[in-house]
Amino acid sequence: MSAQIEALTDLGELIASEMQDAVRKYEVRFSELTLYAERDAIVPLAEFLKRDAACAFETLIDLCGVDYPERGRRFEIVYHFLSMRMNQRIRVKVSTTENEPVPTLTGVHPSADWFEREAFDMYGIGFSGHPDMRRLLTDYGFEGFPLRKDFPLTGYTEVRYDDLEKRVVHEPVALTQEYRNFDFLSPWEGITKDIPGDEKATLNDGETG
Amino acid sequence: MADDVKSIAEEDRKFTLNFGPQHPAAHGVLRMVMDLDGEIVDRIDSHIGLLHRGTEKLLEHKTYLQGLPYFDRLDYVAPMNQEHAWCLAIEKMLGLEVPRRAQFIRVLFSEMGRILNHLLNVGTQVMDCGALTPITWAFEEREKLMGFYERACGARLHAAYFRPGGVHQDLPQDLIDDILVFIAEFPQAMENLEGLVSENRIFKQRNVDIGVVDEDTIMKYGFSGVMVRGSGLAWDLRRSQPYEIYSEIPSDVFPVIVGKHGDNYDRYVCRMDEMQVSNNIMRWCIENMPEGPVLAEGTKVSPPRRGEMKRSMEALIHHFKLYTEGFHVPEGEVYAAVEAPKGEFGVYLVADGGNRPYRVKLRAPGFPHLAAMDHLCRGHQLADVSAILGSLDIVFGEIDR
Repeated sequence: MSAQIEALTDLGELIASEMQDAVRKYEVRFSELTLYAERDAIVPLAEFLKRDAACAFETLIDLCGVDYPERGRRFEIVYHFLSMRMNQRIRVKVSTTENEPVPTLTGVHPSADWFEREAFDMYGIGFSGHPDMRRLLTDYGFEGFPLRKDFPLTGYTEVRYDDLEKRVVHEPVALTQEYRNFDFLSPWEGITKDIPGDEKATLNDGETG
Repeated sequence: MADDVKSIAEEDRKFTLNFGPQHPAAHGVLRMVMDLDGEIVDRIDSHIGLLHRGTEKLLEHKTYLQGLPYFDRLDYVAPMNQEHAWCLAIEKMLGLEVPRRAQFIRVLFSEMGRILNHLLNVGTQVMDCGALTPITWAFEEREKLMGFYERACGARLHAAYFRPGGVHQDLPQDLIDDILVFIAEFPQAMENLEGLVSENRIFKQRNVDIGVVDEDTIMKYGFSGVMVRGSGLAWDLRRSQPYEIYSEIPSDVFPVIVGKHGDNYDRYVCRMDEMQVSNNIMRWCIENMPEGPVLAEGTKVSPPRRGEMKRSMEALIHHFKLYTEGFHVPEGEVYAAVEAPKGEFGVYLVADGGNRPYRVKLRAPGFPHLAAMDHLCRGHQLADVSAILGSLDIVFGEIDR
C-alpha cells in the first residue's frame, strides 16, 4: 500500500516539475493522486499526460462539475484519467466561475464531448471551443441548471398531459404537501465544529445571543 | 424513365431519419436523428435523457444508506454490481474492512449479475438481428437467477443487498445448494443457446466485421469492459485493479476473455465466454466460502442484530440513530470503480464530513459507448445501426441516471 502511495507521490512530483505553469499543487489522499491545475493550461496538461511515457493517461474516464457556492470561483471541473498501459489513475481539478469558460478537451480526448455537454447542462459551465454545445440530459426547452446547490430538489416546473388541450403542458410545481427535508444531524455527536449554542460561551454577562 | 430515376437518386439521396424514442431496437428510450445518404449513415445525433431521473441530485439529499437503493435503478439489468461500487467508495473513505465471507458473497452475486446482464444483452442483440427464440431461452435462465436474488434479499430486481461493510443478510444453506444445482445445469443451457446462434448464417452476416473497434478508438472514446476486451486488449478491472477477493481466484478458473477483431461478433463471443467464466467463479466462491460474519459488526455503519436490540439499550439507540441520522463519512473525495458487466462503473464521491454526500458523480460505462455511436456507425448501412447498438450493450437507466 505504501509503495503505491510512494509511486503516486513520485508521479505527482514528476508532473508538477515538468508542467510548472499548469500545475499549482498535487496531493495524495486515499491512495489517489489529485492535481490542482490552472484553468487555461488544462489542454496542454492533458496533452502532456497523454503523450508522456511515464504518464500515458490516454483515456479520459470521467469529467464532471462540482458546485461550491461559498467559494469565489464556485465551480470545480474534475477530470479522471486512466492509463491502461501503466495501470494508473489520476484526478485533475480546475476551478471556474459562471462567466469564465474552460477550454474544451475534445481536441485531445473526443470522449470529453458528451461529458462536457453534461457539465454544461447540469451546472451551466461553459467550455470554449466545444464543437456542439447543447443540453444533453434535460428536457427540450428546459431552463436552469439542476445540479447547482441553489436549485431546489423539486425543480420549478412540472409536466403533465392535458387531455383538454391534447398536449403536454408545463406548470409551476404545486406540491400538495410541503417538501420535508429531515435534518437528523445530532448536535451531540458526529459533527465536530459549530455546536449549536456554543457561540454563547464567548458573550459577556448581560448580553443575549 | 431511366433519366427520371437517376435525377431523383442524385437529388434526394440525402435525407434525415428519426429513430425512436419508442423503438424496439433502441433498448429503452433513445432518440437518434440520422443523416442518411441513401442507405449509408452520414451522421448520427443521439438525443438522450428521456429517462433522466436526477439520481445524482437525489443522492445529495439522502443519507449514505438511503442512497444505496438508487443504484439498483441505474443499470437495472445487473443491479448489485452498481451497489458494489457505491459500497466500495464509502468503505474506502471510512477505511472499513469487509469480513471475508461477505467478500465471497459479493463476488458470487456480482458474477450472477454479469450472467444476468450478458444473457439479456445476447438475447436482445440476437433479437435485433431477427431471431426470436434465443431471448426466451435466455430469460428462462435469468428467471432462475432472479429467484436467487429474491431468496437472498427479498427482491427480484431492486436488491439493496450490498451494504457498506458487507452484505445485509447471510445466505441460507439451501439457497447455496440450489445455486450449485444451477451452476451444474447452466453450461447445458449455454450450449443450447450457442448452438442456436453462434453459427447462424444470418446472425453472422449481420455482425461479422460490423462495428469494428480498434485500439485508437478505445483510448479516444473512453471505452471499457467488453468493448475493450473484444478488440484483444486484456483489460479487466477485476484482474488489473482487483478488489474484494478477485486477486485470489486462480487463473484457470478466471482467465481474462479477449476477442480478436473487435467487431460485433467477437463481442458476442466474449460475452458468451464470460458467462462460462462467471459460472466457474461462482462455483469457486461457493467451494471456498469461509464461515463467519457477513457485515462489519461492531462498527457505526452496520445495524445491530435484532436479538441484541432486545437486550441492550445501546444497541437500540444505535439502530435508531443509524436509520435516522445515518453514519458520517469523513471529509474528502474518492473514486471507486468496479468491472460492471457493461464496463467500468465508477463512483466519484465528495463528502463534507456529514451524513449525506456532498456530490456524487456516477460514471456509467454505457455513456461513453453511446457517445461514440456517431463515430462507430459512420459509413455503415442503416440496418447495421441496430446491430451495433445491440452490441454496445446500452441500458438507459445508467446512461440517463
